[in-house]
Amino acid sequence: MDPLLVLAQALNGIQFGVMLFLMAAGLTLVFGIMNLINLAHGSFYMVGAYAAAATFQATSSFLLALLAGIGAGAAVGILVEIVVFRRLYPRDHLDQVLATFGLILFFNEIVRMIWGPTALYATVPHFLAGQVEILPGAPYPAYRLAIIAVGLGVAALLYALVSKTRIGMMIRAGASDRVMVSALGVNVKVLYTLVFGLGAGLAALAGLMAGPIFTVESGMGENVLILAFVVIVIGGIGSIRGAFVASLLVGFVDTMGRAFLRPLLATVMANTAADNAGPALASMLIYLLMAAVLFFRPRGLFPPRTR
Amino acid sequence: MAEPLLSVTGLCRHFGGVVATDNVSLTIAEGELHAIIGPNGAGKTTLVAQLMGELRPHRGTIRLGDRDVTTMPSYRRSRRGIARSFQITSIFPEFTARDNIALAVQAHAGHNFRFWRAARTDPALRKPACAILDSVGLGHRADVPAATLAHGEQRLLEIAIALAARPRLLLLDEPMAGMAPEDAARMVRFLSQLKGKITLLLIEHDMDAVFALADRITVMVYGSVIASGTPGQIRANAEVRKAYLGEDELA
Repeated sequence: MDPLLVLAQALNGIQFGVMLFLMAAGLTLVFGIMNLINLAHGSFYMVGAYAAAATFQATSSFLLALLAGIGAGAAVGILVEIVVFRRLYPRDHLDQVLATFGLILFFNEIVRMIWGPTALYATVPHFLAGQVEILPGAPYPAYRLAIIAVGLGVAALLYALVSKTRIGMMIRAGASDRVMVSALGVNVKVLYTLVFGLGAGLAALAGLMAGPIFTVESGMGENVLILAFVVIVIGGIGSIRGAFVASLLVGFVDTMGRAFLRPLLATVMANTAADNAGPALASMLIYLLMAAVLFFRPRGLFPPRTR
Repeated sequence: MAEPLLSVTGLCRHFGGVVATDNVSLTIAEGELHAIIGPNGAGKTTLVAQLMGELRPHRGTIRLGDRDVTTMPSYRRSRRGIARSFQITSIFPEFTARDNIALAVQAHAGHNFRFWRAARTDPALRKPACAILDSVGLGHRADVPAATLAHGEQRLLEIAIALAARPRLLLLDEPMAGMAPEDAARMVRFLSQLKGKITLLLIEHDMDAVFALADRITVMVYGSVIASGTPGQIRANAEVRKAYLGEDELA
């Protein structure tokens, strides 16, 4: 195998991983702290992608598109939290799944009504359009490198926010004992809304960055949502660190599997058999990974200690 | 006497058909240590939850000083000077003792606190946190994760957390529950030091502690107040003896 190709695919895996992390971070915070299953998290991803793509088409400004995407995602997240989720916190998980599934349908339809049924084309901003030579003779798209940098930067910021700052301390405390934190004088309702807005904003950031790589279309959030759930289960529900490690793991295993499993199999079996088995196995890999992790660590790689 | 710090009038709360708080009225003067006693299921914890704002009463009013706080949410009551400890030890087990206090200090730092500041190294949080830990005698345990403190220490830590909010009125829900005798004695010493500095409402089953500490005692049975008075009056009250202290103790 060409080592430069392996390097490129490894970077693709990391890039996919950090995007999954942006999705999974919000999901795991909301699930871990508020004990809420939010299937509509993928909708914030979609809203971010649409808002950014539409703003970019209208203004040709990358910065405005970025702000519009994150802003729209966070705003929709906060609005939905206040209108819908506050009523769902005390309900059981099945009610939450039903209600948030309803929200997915709602948002997919709204997006079709506003932007039409055809996919939008998001373009890479021209200063990131080229290739970067990461090793002599190994060019790699600058845009994907930028995604990796943004993802790692956001991960570091989020880690610092949650583990080092005052608000992070309150978020962690609120996760372990809501009644007590209220008795200490913290407005937990507002705190929850802020956390929710943060998660939605991160999902929107993932969506707007994914726009130029995939297509911006109604329902684009669902595929990545399923992977994000796989990530938070592997990582341990409620753990940011777990989400980070699991995102990279899932992104890497999925990408490498799709790229190399077929050629790898072809070395030990007939070509036609490898053609059949390779892609089938590749799409199963992350679920096999999840099953294996859960077998050895039923609560995920980094289960929160309290609960 | 000046206006009472806390006055509860005609408080009622039921859960389905079960009456947990039945027309409860009581007043607590500034600086008083007021104990509430009563058998299990008398509605003492439900009363505290209503005073703190975690439960809404179905009827009646709660006033803190000259202000009606009946419908005020918990976090705002906390800012107006009510704090509580819980019957089941409520601390943040993963945080160190100091961080537990620092959390409470910052929760009270008001609206102008800068939330992105580093929590652990900020002297505005560390200093008061250390002072409060010293005051409950846990200064030497500041860097120990709360989960690994002994049970008696955890109960003290919990009260320290409540004190970090600088309350005018502190509600203590069975602070001595499950304590070894020497820990309970330590808690009584601590409460007697605290007495007079802030107003205290103490729910406790340890009668020796209650009669030693309280300025006034209210007795609750089945959600209602059957007597209220000084320890001497309560000791002499025939109805209380019958309902609660048990006839045989009197003989």
